[in-house]
Amino acid sequence: MSAHEFHSALVPPQGIWWKPAHKQERTWIAIAFGWCLVLFTMMPLWHFKGGQNPAGIRYRVQPDAYVARVERFVADYQVGEESGIPIVAPPPGADVYLLGRMWQWYPALKLQKGVSYTLHLSAADVNHGFSLYPVNLNFQVVPGYDYGLRVVPNKSGDFRIICNEFCGIGHHLMVGKVLVEDGPVTPGGQP
Amino acid sequence: MSTALTALAGRYRTCDVTGLKVNRDSELLIRANAVVAVVAMLVGALAAVGLVLTRWQAIHLLPADMYYRFLTAHGLNMLIFWVIFFEMAILYFAGPVVLGCRQPAPKLAWGAFALMVVGAVMVDFMVFTGRADVLFTSYPPLRAEPNYYLGVILFAVGALIAVSLFFASLVVAKREKTYAGSMPLVTFGALTAAVIAVITLLHGAAVYIPTWLWSMNVGNIDPEVYRMVWWGLGHSSQQINVAAMVSVWYLLGGLTVGGVVVNEKVSRTAFVLYVLFISMASAHHLLVDPGFSPAWKIWNTSYAMYLAVLASMIHGFTVPAGIEMGQRLRGYTSGTFEWLRKAPWSDPGFSGLWLSLVIFGFLGGITGVTLGTEQINILAHNTLRVPGHFHATVVGGTTLAFMGVAYYVLPLIFRRRVAFWGMARIQPYVFGGGISAMAIGMILMGILGTPRRHWDSSFAGAPFPVEIHPASELVQVLFGIGGLLAATGALMFIAIAVVTVFFGKPVTAEAIAQRASGIPQGVLKLPNQVHAGPVAEQLDMEGVRGTVVLVAVFFVCFIVYYFTNWKMLSFLWKVG
Repeated sequence: MSAHEFHSALVPPQGIWWKPAHKQERTWIAIAFGWCLVLFTMMPLWHFKGGQNPAGIRYRVQPDAYVARVERFVADYQVGEESGIPIVAPPPGADVYLLGRMWQWYPALKLQKGVSYTLHLSAADVNHGFSLYPVNLNFQVVPGYDYGLRVVPNKSGDFRIICNEFCGIGHHLMVGKVLVEDGPVTPGGQP
Repeated sequence: MSTALTALAGRYRTCDVTGLKVNRDSELLIRANAVVAVVAMLVGALAAVGLVLTRWQAIHLLPADMYYRFLTAHGLNMLIFWVIFFEMAILYFAGPVVLGCRQPAPKLAWGAFALMVVGAVMVDFMVFTGRADVLFTSYPPLRAEPNYYLGVILFAVGALIAVSLFFASLVVAKREKTYAGSMPLVTFGALTAAVIAVITLLHGAAVYIPTWLWSMNVGNIDPEVYRMVWWGLGHSSQQINVAAMVSVWYLLGGLTVGGVVVNEKVSRTAFVLYVLFISMASAHHLLVDPGFSPAWKIWNTSYAMYLAVLASMIHGFTVPAGIEMGQRLRGYTSGTFEWLRKAPWSDPGFSGLWLSLVIFGFLGGITGVTLGTEQINILAHNTLRVPGHFHATVVGGTTLAFMGVAYYVLPLIFRRRVAFWGMARIQPYVFGGGISAMAIGMILMGILGTPRRHWDSSFAGAPFPVEIHPASELVQVLFGIGGLLAATGALMFIAIAVVTVFFGKPVTAEAIAQRASGIPQGVLKLPNQVHAGPVAEQLDMEGVRGTVVLVAVFFVCFIVYYFTNWKMLSFLWKVG
C-alpha cells in the first residue's frame, strides 16, 4: 500500500498500516491532548485556589443514629416553627444536621450570611438529592453516609431545598427551607 | 461432504451493491434484532410523548404515578432495549458479513436473541403493571419485585452470549481466511464496542444478581456501593454506544460519499483509548456523593487524564476528514467547503451521519465533559442539565446515526426499497432538530435549577411555596416543542421502518437501473471504496482544510462553554 492510497472503513487494509499521520492530524492531536491536560489540571487547582469543592467530611453512619443526632440538633437550637417543621438557628461555626426523608427536609434552617457552618447531609430511608434553590448547589444524600460540607452563605434571602433524586411518589412535595440573614440571626420564622 | 459444502455455499449470497458475501444466518439475525429494536423504540417513543407533555408544566398531562412509570419504561426501552438490540444487529453485520465468513453457532445466536426478548418483555411487563416503580437506576433501598431484576439479568446474559459470538466470528474469519490483511476499521470499531460491552455486562452481573437476591430478602445492599457498581453498567453501556456510533460514522461515510480512513493508525489508536479508559466513567455520577475522595473522583471522572475525551476529539477530526477527503477524491475540490455543500443532503444516510456527528460533538460532548468536571458537577448534579446532555449524545448522536445506517440496512440487508421516501429524506432533520431544541431546553432549565426526574417542578402542595424563575416558562416551550418534534421524527422513522420491512417493494437490478425511489444514492451507485494514483497523492498533500476550520470552531465553543461554567460556579456559596 503506497502512501497515497486511500480506502474506506469497509476495506481490509493490506500490509503495514502503521504510518505517520498527516501534519494537520498530528497538530490537532497535540492541541487536543494539551486541552485534556488543561481539563485535568483545573480540578486539583480548584481544590487549592477555588471556593467550591465537593470534598467535605465523609463518614458512615447508621440512619437511626443520624436521625437521633438531628433531633438533638433541633432541640438545641430551635427558634420557631413553620408548616409543622421546626426552624433551627445554629450559632456561627456550628455543625448543622439536615435530614432527608420521605418526603421532607428536616428541619428548616436559619443561617447568617458570611459565616461558616458544617452542613451535614444524610437520609433516613432512601437516596435523596439536596438542591439549594435557586442557588443551584447540588449534593447526593445517601442513607448510611454522613456528608459534612463546610458552607458559607454569600447572599441573604429565603431559599428552598428541593429534592432532586427520585425518592417515591411524593418526591415533588419534598421542599425544605433555608433563611439567610445579613446580621446575627433572630428568632421566628420570617427573615 | 460435497453435499454439505453445497448446502453451506447455498447459505451465502453476494451483495450486488457492496460485493460483500452475506450469509443467510447472520442476515436473519440482523433482521430480527433490528425489528425488535424498532419495536422497543416505539414503546419508548410513546412513553416520551407522555413525559414531554407532563414536564411541560402548562400541560402537565400524566398523574404522578404514571409519570414515574413512563419514565422508567422510557429509559429502559430507549437506553437499553432499542440501542442494544440494534447494536447486536451491528455486531452480526460487522463480524460475519463484513468479513464474509459463516455465522458461528447460529442456534446459540437465536437462543441469545430469545433470552434478550424474554428479558425485555419481562421487564416491560413488570414496569407497566406497577411492580417496578424504581426508575431506570433502581437505587436501593427503593425496591422492585424480583422478576424485574431477573428480566434484566436474562437480557444481559443473552447480550453477553451474542457478544461472544461476535468474537467467535473474528476467529472463524481469520482461521478460514475469508479476508486478507487486517480487519476493516468498521469491524475494529465494533470490536472495541464489544469489549466495552463485556466490561459493562460484568458490572451488570455484579450489581443485578445481588440486588435480585436482596429483593427476595437474601443479603444486604449498600446504597453507595450499588451506585458505584450500577454506574459501571449504566455509564459504560453508553460507552458501547459511543464506540458503536463512531464505527457507524466511519461505515456511513464510506457508503454515502466514499469517505476514507485518513490514517488507520490514528483511528485505531483512538478506539483503543476507548477500551482502556472509557469504562472509568461511573464516577461521573458520583462526583457529589459522600462515599468517595476527591482524588478518586478526579482520576476516574477524567478517564485517567481525559484520554477517552482525547479519543473522541480524534474521531471528531478523522471522521469529517475522511468524509472531506472522500468528497475531494470524487472531484469536489474547489474552495474550503465545496465538499460539504455538494454532499448528498437529501440522502437520509448522509444527513443522519452528519447531524449525528455535529449534535454529538457540539451539544453532547462539550456539555458532557463540562458536567463531568468534579466541581462543576455541584452546579448540575441531578438537574435537567444531565438528561439534556445525554439526549444530545445517545439520542441526537447514537440513535440518529443508527437511523441513518438503517436507511442502508433496509435496502442492503432486508432488500426492500425504503417506504415513504419523501418522508425519509426529511426525517433526520425533523428528529435531529427536535432533539437538539429539546436538549438545549433541558440544559437551560437545568441551569435555572430545575431537577431531573421530577413530576411537578411547580412544587404545588409542598410545605413551602417555591418561586419559579420567569424565564423557565419560556424555556419549557422550547423543550416541549423540541420534544414533540423529536417524538414525531422517531414515529416517522418507525413508520418508515415497519412499512418497509413488511410491505416494501424489493430492491432489484431493474429498480436500481431506473433509479427508483426508496433507494439511497449510495446504494444506487456505491462510491469508490479505494483510491490510488496521482490525484490521491496530490490530495493527500493538500490535506483537509475544511475539517481544520470545523474543529477550530468546535474547539472555541468548547473553551467558552467550559470556562463559563467555572465562572458560574465561582458565584456559588463557598463549599468544601
